[in-house]
Amino acid sequence: MRFGVVVFPGTWSDCDFHYVVSEVLHQPVRYVWHRERELRELDCVILPGGFSYGDYLRAGAVAGRSPVVEALGDFVAGGGLVLGSCNGFQILCEAGLLPGVLTRNECLQYRCQSSHLVVENVDTPFTRGLRPGQVLTMPISHGEGKYYTDPATLARLKQQNLIVFRYAEADGRITKKSNPNGSLDNIAGVVNPEGTVLGMMPHPERASEAAMGGTDGLLMLQSLLGSLVEDGSFLKR
Amino acid sequence: MRARVLVRLKPGIMDVQGAAVKRALAGLGFSELNDLRVGKVIDIDLNEPTPEAARARVGEMCRQLLANPILEDYTIETVDDLAQRGAAR
Repeated sequence: MRFGVVVFPGTWSDCDFHYVVSEVLHQPVRYVWHRERELRELDCVILPGGFSYGDYLRAGAVAGRSPVVEALGDFVAGGGLVLGSCNGFQILCEAGLLPGVLTRNECLQYRCQSSHLVVENVDTPFTRGLRPGQVLTMPISHGEGKYYTDPATLARLKQQNLIVFRYAEADGRITKKSNPNGSLDNIAGVVNPEGTVLGMMPHPERASEAAMGGTDGLLMLQSLLGSLVEDGSFLKR
Repeated sequence: MRARVLVRLKPGIMDVQGAAVKRALAGLGFSELNDLRVGKVIDIDLNEPTPEAARARVGEMCRQLLANPILEDYTIETVDDLAQRGAAR
C-alpha cells in the first residue's frame, strides 16, 4: 500500500509518520509537498499534525485551500484514503472534506498529554482491526481541538455512525473529566460516510513503538494493511 | 477601494477568549462588565472601482476563506461606510 505524507510549511509530525509507515509498517511512502496536485499513484494520503502556514486566521484555514488539499477532492472521489491527525483533522474540516470545525480548547490551555479513546466505529479501513468499545491510549497535543458542529450535523453523525473515536476514561466510560478540550460529545475523531476520510485529534504515529510509550496507534494503523483489494477499493471490515 | 471585515463568533458559540479577557478586566476592577466577546478585524485594500463591487468581492473572500460559517458571522464595511460613520459623529 503506497502512502503519501503531506508537508506544509509548519508541519511537524511529517517525519514521525514517514518513519512509522516506512520503518514500522514497512510500506512504501513518500513526502508530498503542499503545492503538489498529482496524487494518483498513492493509496493513502496522510495529513500530519503541526501548524500549517502558522495556523494564521484559523487552525488549518489556509492549508484547507492549498493546492494539495484541493487535489484531495478528486483523490477522495476516486476512492483514495485520507488520514488527518491533529492539524490534519483541522485542515480536513476547513476544506469541507469532513463536517464540523476544531476550535480553541475550552480550558484555553495547550494540552499535551496521554488520552484514552473509545472506539465507536470499526467499519472503516482505518479501524477494521479494532473492536467496538475498545479503549486505545494515544497522545494528544493541541490548543485548538474542541470539536464543534451544529445540532443537525451532530444528529447525522450519530445516525450514520460517523463518530469513530471519543475521549474516555481508561475503562471506556465517557465522562466530562476525560474530555481534554471541551469537544462536543467527547468527539475525538470522525469519518466521512464512505469511510475513506478519517480525521482525529490524537496522534497514532506517536504511539507506534514500545519505546514511544505505547503501540495503540500502530494497532490502528495496522488496520490499513491488507485493506486494499485488487480492484483498488478498500475493505471496511 | 478599502474595505473592513469584522468577523465575530456567532451568538451562542462559547467565546473562551472573550471569557478570559472579561475575567482579566474584572480583576482590574471593571465590575460593571456584563459581557465581552473577541472578534477579528481584517482591513483590505483592493482594486475595485465601486463600493458595491468591492463588497461583492470581499463577500466572496469571506465565504471562501475569511470566516468559517459554522462558527462565525461577518460584516463588511467599505471606506464610504467608514467615512460616513466618521462624518456622522
